[in-house]
Amino acid sequence: MSWVFTDVHAGPAGRAVLKGVSLTVAPGEMVGVLGPNGAGKTTLLRAGLGLLPLQAGQVQLADKPIAELKPAMRARAAGYLPQERRVGWNLAALRIAELGAPDLPEGQAQALAAACLARVGLEGFEGRGVLDLSGGERARVLLARLLATRAPLLVADEPTAGLDPDAQFLALDLLAQEAARGAGVVLTLHDLALAARVCSRLVVLHDGRVAADGAPREVLTPATLRTVFGLDGAFIDTEDGPVLVTRRAP
Amino acid sequence: MSRTATLLLGGLLILVLLAGLLLGETTLTPAQYGQAFAHPGSPAGEVLWTIRLPRALMAALIGGGLGLAGAALQGLLRNPLADPGVLGVSAFAGLGAALTIALGLSAVTGAVEAGALVGALAAGLLVSGLAARFREPEALILLGVSLSSLGGALTALIFNFSPSPVATAEVMNWLLGSVANRDFGDILRALVPMTLGAGLCLWSARGLTMLTLGEETAALSGLPMASLRTAAVAGAALMTGAAVAAAGVVGFVGLAAPHLVRRLSGDDPGKLLIPSAVAGAILLTAADLISRVLPSEQELKLGVVTALVGAPLFALVAWRASRSWRA
Repeated sequence: MSWVFTDVHAGPAGRAVLKGVSLTVAPGEMVGVLGPNGAGKTTLLRAGLGLLPLQAGQVQLADKPIAELKPAMRARAAGYLPQERRVGWNLAALRIAELGAPDLPEGQAQALAAACLARVGLEGFEGRGVLDLSGGERARVLLARLLATRAPLLVADEPTAGLDPDAQFLALDLLAQEAARGAGVVLTLHDLALAARVCSRLVVLHDGRVAADGAPREVLTPATLRTVFGLDGAFIDTEDGPVLVTRRAP
Repeated sequence: MSRTATLLLGGLLILVLLAGLLLGETTLTPAQYGQAFAHPGSPAGEVLWTIRLPRALMAALIGGGLGLAGAALQGLLRNPLADPGVLGVSAFAGLGAALTIALGLSAVTGAVEAGALVGALAAGLLVSGLAARFREPEALILLGVSLSSLGGALTALIFNFSPSPVATAEVMNWLLGSVANRDFGDILRALVPMTLGAGLCLWSARGLTMLTLGEETAALSGLPMASLRTAAVAGAALMTGAAVAAAGVVGFVGLAAPHLVRRLSGDDPGKLLIPSAVAGAILLTAADLISRVLPSEQELKLGVVTALVGAPLFALVAWRASRSWRA
């Protein structure tokens, strides 16, 4: 079940943020969406999930145009972790994770939620109120909720923002595990080196268009780094595999 | 909610209802109480069964409705300061009722109720529309406060210009709220829209819980959010409209009730609804009791009592909430 963008034009309040994006995400792929601020990363995710009307073009999810999917079907097809992490009320962590599975009976949803909290390293935090947790812990609770959706497409907007380095790797490893199990995973990232390490494929957005799309080493070329990000950089081969190093272009 | 908390809330409600039945302006002797229970038709029985009981029940019904409406609005807007009174829903319900009275329709069965309902629905729709536009919780409250003042001012204006001049006391009745001199017929008339509104709000409970995570996550949760959201607004407006038609504008109950039981319900806006209704019923019955038994030349207005308690509470909640908004 693929997620297919065909010449998508979209933007909030009628603005043209995406100016013709075509892209196909296949099951089992871990796709990192990169680009400077304002390039259209979040707009791409929101338009692709039907949270934003399309100005032109088409998005297909579960072999149907996104606008034609009923709420329940769309939820079964895709799970979304938005960048906005404000939680309205001080619900227990377990209850928040449980909200990923409103389709399951309460007992099953609770067991699943507990398992997902354990996966994000929050065993023993089940009864704690989310607003009493630190920002990083709250982000992990929200990641647990995303895992609890069990959707074949997982979409995460900056899942590593505000996490300490260890938790960043934990979050990305968990998403990679989901991809290995056959889910399509799409995430936006700002850390280019991290993206190059964990993603099987990178898509670089520049000014609302796809500037490069492919394996990390093919995409993050010195030319792309220079024109899109204003950086000088290159991959260096190490015992641990290639590592991307960058600095501001003079 | 734990069993102890449920029992406590239920017990308290029964207690205040009993107090509402047994206490009042006229002090009865034990012999008179005995007479009232043995012969409901006796003078003492009249006082208990046709004056005090309907009044206490009406206060409980209205408090319950406002408590439920407040909890639903707070959950819907993810805002601990939301309440039918604060957001102007009550004021517009009052305006609708005042319009029907000024047009001389008060004798037509259900006309005042319909007017209040229409006013409440209009304000409810306006507020939920504004909520989608203004994401900052403070902005919505400020808009609500201005709506509320506007509704109150227009209501006073209508009474001023009404062709059959209404006494100032009558106007105050509407603006400050009262459940004095209500009979069982009044209760039955309020019960229909209240029940309908409560049903709608309770149906929307799942959606209110999901909205804890924000609009986008809720929209993609698989729940029919558009319908659940509409149900919550319509339900809260129905209950507020019915409450205002029956007792005028009684403020702060919808604000206070959810906060009293929030911890008991694990902070879950969906599970909060029923406890909040019970808490609202307790609060308003107790407030009405206070307005009756306080020795004063003229009976205190119900809205005055709730505002005396509610306004400081509003300030306290605002103070605490503003800290979490900044974080």
